[in-house]
Amino acid sequence: MQLDFTASERAFQAEVRRWIAASLPRDIAEKVKHGRPLPRADYLRWQKLLHGRGWMAPTWPLEHGGAGWDPVKVYIFEEEAARAHAPRVMPFGVKMVGPVIYTFGSPAQKQRFLPRILASEDWWCQGYSEPGAGSDLARLQTRAVRVGDHYVVNGTKTWTSFAHFADWLFCLARTSSEAKPQEGISFLLIDMKQPGVEVRPIVTIDGGADVNMVFLTDVQVPVEQRVGEENKGWTYAKFLLGHERSGIAGVGRSKAQIERLRGICGNEAAGGGRLIEDADFARAIAEVEIELAALEYTELRCLLRDVTRGGPGEDVSMLKIRGSEIQQRITELLMQAVAYYANPFSREALEHGWNEAPIGPAYAPPLAPTYFNWRKASIYGGTNEIQKNIMAKMVLGL
Amino acid sequence: MDFNLNEEQQLLKDSVERFVREDYAFDKRRQLAASEAGYSAANWRKMAELGWLGVALPEEYGGIGGGAVETMVVMEAFGRGLVLEPYFATVVLGGNAVLLGASEAAKRALLPKLVAGELRLAFAHAEPQSRYDLFDVALKASKTKRGYTLTGRKGVVLHGGAADKLVVSVRTRGKQRDEAGITLFLVDGRATGLSRREYPTVDGLRAAELGFEGVSVSADDVLGQVDDGLALLHRVVDRGIAALAAEAVGCMQVLHDQTNEYLKTRAQFGQPIGRFQVLQHRMVDMFMELEQSRSLCYLATLRLGEDAGVAAKACAAAKVQIGRSGRFVGQQAVQLHGGMGMTDELAVGHYFKRLTMIDVMFGNADYHLKRYARLRA
Repeated sequence: MQLDFTASERAFQAEVRRWIAASLPRDIAEKVKHGRPLPRADYLRWQKLLHGRGWMAPTWPLEHGGAGWDPVKVYIFEEEAARAHAPRVMPFGVKMVGPVIYTFGSPAQKQRFLPRILASEDWWCQGYSEPGAGSDLARLQTRAVRVGDHYVVNGTKTWTSFAHFADWLFCLARTSSEAKPQEGISFLLIDMKQPGVEVRPIVTIDGGADVNMVFLTDVQVPVEQRVGEENKGWTYAKFLLGHERSGIAGVGRSKAQIERLRGICGNEAAGGGRLIEDADFARAIAEVEIELAALEYTELRCLLRDVTRGGPGEDVSMLKIRGSEIQQRITELLMQAVAYYANPFSREALEHGWNEAPIGPAYAPPLAPTYFNWRKASIYGGTNEIQKNIMAKMVLGL
Repeated sequence: MDFNLNEEQQLLKDSVERFVREDYAFDKRRQLAASEAGYSAANWRKMAELGWLGVALPEEYGGIGGGAVETMVVMEAFGRGLVLEPYFATVVLGGNAVLLGASEAAKRALLPKLVAGELRLAFAHAEPQSRYDLFDVALKASKTKRGYTLTGRKGVVLHGGAADKLVVSVRTRGKQRDEAGITLFLVDGRATGLSRREYPTVDGLRAAELGFEGVSVSADDVLGQVDDGLALLHRVVDRGIAALAAEAVGCMQVLHDQTNEYLKTRAQFGQPIGRFQVLQHRMVDMFMELEQSRSLCYLATLRLGEDAGVAAKACAAAKVQIGRSGRFVGQQAVQLHGGMGMTDELAVGHYFKRLTMIDVMFGNADYHLKRYARLRA
């Protein structure tokens, strides 16, 4: 047993750190550090730089243009990226639909879509949830009716993150209602830029609108844009959920946020001294830091075990649950750190190019919106309660 | 990075776990706890014969040459069995105090006897007023021609009643709560002027209140440096904390497994109670507490060899985690067993009691949270 990285892993870490330091645009890192929303172009700028280095798809096999890294390298990379305040790579293409396509897609689909995902030429979004199908996803109602060599798709998708940025939607739609709900679903790739696709933003409690409703009305989808077999989409959707665990715990990002929290607390006045000297607040930070250390080594234990046994375990849900709880706690402490100055609200002040004097400290405006925004973390990707259902069944056999 | 045991460590684990399974059934443990000595001399001999008392000691002192990982392996298995023999007091605390603090001659004299099971040690750091502050030492040394005489008290000394020798923290200079001016002494259990009042503890072990009324010690009995014993005390205690973390993980694993099994077999309302979502989620919470504890147990164990500050931070974090997780897992194991969990007959309550007292040992979760925050400042 030992905690150190090997010499080659340390060399890799140094290489990643050097490259990110030299390549990550300053203005983007500043926005990420201070929790400001990024415009579409910023995400693309960073992703194209990664693609140029061959690091856009760390876990994809080499034959599909990935980096083919093992989980430890992926972990090192994600930690370094978070440490440098790099934006997260949008997961919908590279972490979600990409692996489904290279695992279950046709040769033509691989050829058509994978290079464009790597080059960030297509922005993907995920069409799973519906107004009547959240945790009980298999109840989804969106219908795809086969007419000749097309499906005609009708339905409503919701909570679709960044649909307003997206070129393509990967979508679960019902192609049969004869058998069990899970057995009549197909996995379709839908071009967003066509008649019948309407995106309507949903304003969330933080004042932002990263999520949307997507209305599909008589949308034509060629049959060759169905991944895998008809009515087997549920299998592919489940594969997708279990496939990509890297970064799910958000350890690197949480570490960077705790450093930011410590910085803010060193600046905030409290009780005649600094907030960082306040025993209760220092203890609250210590508490979340200890929880994060426990999660970090739990994640590493899972990763290394998965290497040995060649696939992720069912306890991936634990990383999501603990990771989201910790992220939420940090955003809460960040908000509490600025006391009254959590309250002034100006959506414009968060936008790029805003150059009026901030109300209160420059770091204060995004803190409360971020706190409210991150309540999503225990809801998306399967609520934490659903994750516990999964673990009770798969890990504990209950 | 690697979280696997090597081959020797795996063999050690298999053999200690086999002992716990075969020789440490819960009924036997109950009988031993109620016996005169509170543990089995035969088991202690067996542990010596199998080399377990020396797994973490260098070969030149009769040990096997292992380290913190070997201690972890043994302590986790002992946690599973709620083992009563004074391994923690003698080997982990006493052994490390001697290893880190004694002169070469003293190490050569003492450690081989310890490995052979012929020397039982205890670690007397706490006093009635000190709570968890290792530096709060009132037991006083007065200088004499031949050394010192010791006067004062030590409290709740684990296995202190029967120990052959005691490691004692003593105020040799300054005031009661000064960090400087503490010295560790090795005191003979039968020394004149030493009184020992032994009693059972809530978790089935033995401890003692010690009175020192002019106990003579010589300069040869000093461990570490005179007046500079606090750092040594902390090093020994941090090794103790890492070992306790492993013991706690062993206890929690058993509670987890037994409770999960109970949820599958106990039927109410016409179905196993494990079908109820509220209990499923509680059980998942127990599982996660166990896994987080195991992670920080590894971290503390593997950081012991690093700089004092790094090791201290990892040990403080682990103590917070096992304190909180042990409380949660223990309380919920009783809760989920319902009325049965309240009975003395079931093992569950005994694991709960041990976990509760592990939290108290060397400072509870709140104490170590403050310590962590200070170390981080």
